[in-house]
Amino acid sequence: MNKFITATEAASKVKDGMTIMVGGFLGVGSPPKILAALAESGVKDLTLICNDTSFPDKTVGKLIVNKQFKKVIVSHIGTNPETGRQMNAGETEVDLVPQGTLAERIRCGGFGLGGVLTPTGIGTEAEDEKERIKVNGQIYLLETPLKADIALLYGAKVDKKGNVFYNATARNFNPLMAMAAETVIIEAEEIVEIGDIDPNCVATPFKFINYIVGGAE
Amino acid sequence: MALDKNQIKQVIAKRVAQELKDGDLVNLGIGLPTMVANYIPEDIEVFFQSENGLIGLGPTPEKGQENKDLTNAGGQPVTLLPGGCYFDSATSFGIIRGGHVDATVLGALEVDGKGNLANWKVPGKMVPGMGGAMDLTVGAKKVIIAMQHTQSGEQKILKECTLPLTAKQQVDLIVTEMAVMEVTPQGLVLREIGPDTSVEEVIAATGATLIIPEEVKTFGL
Repeated sequence: MNKFITATEAASKVKDGMTIMVGGFLGVGSPPKILAALAESGVKDLTLICNDTSFPDKTVGKLIVNKQFKKVIVSHIGTNPETGRQMNAGETEVDLVPQGTLAERIRCGGFGLGGVLTPTGIGTEAEDEKERIKVNGQIYLLETPLKADIALLYGAKVDKKGNVFYNATARNFNPLMAMAAETVIIEAEEIVEIGDIDPNCVATPFKFINYIVGGAE
Repeated sequence: MALDKNQIKQVIAKRVAQELKDGDLVNLGIGLPTMVANYIPEDIEVFFQSENGLIGLGPTPEKGQENKDLTNAGGQPVTLLPGGCYFDSATSFGIIRGGHVDATVLGALEVDGKGNLANWKVPGKMVPGMGGAMDLTVGAKKVIIAMQHTQSGEQKILKECTLPLTAKQQVDLIVTEMAVMEVTPQGLVLREIGPDTSVEEVIAATGATLIIPEEVKTFGL
């Protein structure tokens, strides 16, 4: 099956009110073309699940400035002052989650797990009203799975079937999110022939990729 | 002779570096903690982990040699040392939470005598978020706080933190330009004082009650 679409077509699949996951860490490993198209599309009332809200002029940061999110679930907003401003003004709901807990909640979403028990956040505001569970004498917090309608990802090399190779630290949340969303769209820096990626180096199997955007040209 | 701000940071970073052991895997927070990498004793090998997905953090690349896909957790371009490797965020935090990081060095807004740490939120003013700090403090085998002893004259080492906590009772050691203090079940013990101070001055600049052993060494001479 042909998985290729344009960045504009990718953006048009995101509808008002949807929950989206966006790969990347301070924009490294985020899909630039799809996010630029999404910023232009004007789609709104989205919920964002991402490591952070990037910078005001970059990747998901632009969508923050455009006020396209009603809620963001992230670990860090310090590099985008506009997120903090919108939070304090009551314009956007900000749910701050410890980074390792965020990764595990997304992993749970994709791996068919009902949650994860973590010691992170005990005795802090991150504990909120979460259930405490004792296992072998040690106390953990129950953290629940996260899922999304659409995941927007970025890979260095994607073959025509959809197998993905990620480069260096651009991998981050991408392979986790590839398994946790109903529809998964990946922007490829380079599209390669089937077989050109060493199967040992495939970090996301083609099964998880619904659509491919991109190529350098 | 009073130290200037840069000298203060160097004194702290040098002293923290002496806490690291051969073979340690270490995660450094942004800011002052990053400077610790410059003072690792030459006879030991220490590898640095960055929570965005690598072990083997190398020096800043030369201009024009940056790889857009290779940064540290602050988003700055870095290099990878030979023997280094990459992984996804779940593995990265498995390394952290699973107790495989030997030491983490972090800054603080406040820290207290019970080993509580606050460094992610000043309600109503500044809310950057916790990022990976809550996982690092819970997971790393040794949590070292590296910071200036006071902030514009205000005490930062308190009887009890007033800001929202990053972690409860996880701090092991506090290193400032004035002192090295160890968190123990009995309380905060003054182990060493800085090159430019006295025990009395350290006590006066510290909100938490300090336990003063018979021998207090001087570091950074």
